[in-house]
Amino acid sequence: MINKTVKDAREAVADIPSNAFLMMGGFGLCGIPENCIAALLERDINGLTIVSNNAGVDDFGIGLLLQKRMVKKMISSYVGENAEFERQLLSGELEVDLIPQGTLAERVRAGGAGIPAFFTPAGVGTEVAEGKELREFDGKLYLMEKWLRADFSIVKAWKGDTAGNLIFKGTARNFNPIMATAGKITIAEVEELVPAGELDPNEIHTPGIYVQRIFQGKNYEKRIEQRTITKS
Amino acid sequence: MLTKEQIAQRIAQEVQNGQYINLGIGIPTLVANYIPKSLDVVLQSENGLLGIGPFPSEEMVDPDLINAGKQTITMVPGSVLFNSAESFAMIRGGHVHLTILGAMEVSENGDIANWKIPGKMVKGMGGAMDLVASAENIIVAMQHCSKDGQSKLLSKCTLPITGIKCVKKIVSDLAVLEILPEGGFLLKERAPGVSVEEIKSKTEGKLIVPDSVPEMRLS
Repeated sequence: MINKTVKDAREAVADIPSNAFLMMGGFGLCGIPENCIAALLERDINGLTIVSNNAGVDDFGIGLLLQKRMVKKMISSYVGENAEFERQLLSGELEVDLIPQGTLAERVRAGGAGIPAFFTPAGVGTEVAEGKELREFDGKLYLMEKWLRADFSIVKAWKGDTAGNLIFKGTARNFNPIMATAGKITIAEVEELVPAGELDPNEIHTPGIYVQRIFQGKNYEKRIEQRTITKS
Repeated sequence: MLTKEQIAQRIAQEVQNGQYINLGIGIPTLVANYIPKSLDVVLQSENGLLGIGPFPSEEMVDPDLINAGKQTITMVPGSVLFNSAESFAMIRGGHVHLTILGAMEVSENGDIANWKIPGKMVKGMGGAMDLVASAENIIVAMQHCSKDGQSKLLSKCTLPITGIKCVKKIVSDLAVLEILPEGGFLLKERAPGVSVEEIKSKTEGKLIVPDSVPEMRLS
């Protein structure tokens, strides 16, 4: 079996250049590639475009890359939780493309699946539809959206093997499996890395064919944005 | 006038056995507390879960298990997890029966505005545009008027819209209203102690008042 293992996050992101087009998995702070973000912070690069559903918070996740002014543009569906993001956006230092969440997911999926465009009802009649082709199917209007593909997709999984096969846990799955399919180079960080053959093929979510680099991450903080408890 | 909890309580009466339901953030989330235990329904979270359970105890908190509002949650028995593309395939594909969400404005033809206020920081639409473009049944939970008394049930939305001709029913703090296919808010019920006159005066859009408008029952 082809071995996709690299030593650590630093090695995995070592060749990401300035102005690269990246995808990063995660929903809020759930299932984000913490180790790769930390390794990117050590790199002297900027001008990044990042496709990610959200933009982290001020002092965690993608927010850390924003603080270091490494990001030129975010392509996201919801970016509410970040004061530095707002400051950079209002001052014109940062561009943002806001995209309906389902459209964002499908554009990524389409990119990985070799489908250059598709029609969706989301956004018809709104400003999202401006400049886009509209077409009627069976009496209802749809608008055309194009695929998204990345130079590097950076994803986080729960378990992985040396062949790049991945298993996700809970709602930390979110955008990770589809982004894994849409990168020219896909980097996967996992909490537990095992030799190929140890994961049950029936249980694998992402086939290793999509993954070029894999390593076992460490010191996961898994910060919680809204700790909500049932009082007993 | 209804409290937020009472709006949620009234909306819960619309839920039917066997439905898959997506609840938005805010008042819609509270609806889950009032769905009768006798009904078998499944709550969808668009970040990738069918089968949202109650909030966890302190010991059960799992950072890898959150809802679309980023709150820690649990799963009920029989739950299933999936990725974001699959989640919105369910939504756009019409497999989710009922969507309950909040709104800043609704127009008499069923347009909804709930994602952007010009001049204020734009946070994004999240999954709202996909949900309103696709759901076969959309119920909106909202305040009838803004804090300064302006009606939010309008002939035409003034804010950037999220979706067109999609809202079927509104439960506000004053009334239950249906949106007619030909346009207009049909007054179905009024909140306890609220007069038809008051609802008329606080609805800017076309209001259709039948001969009899019963008071809501909040069991």
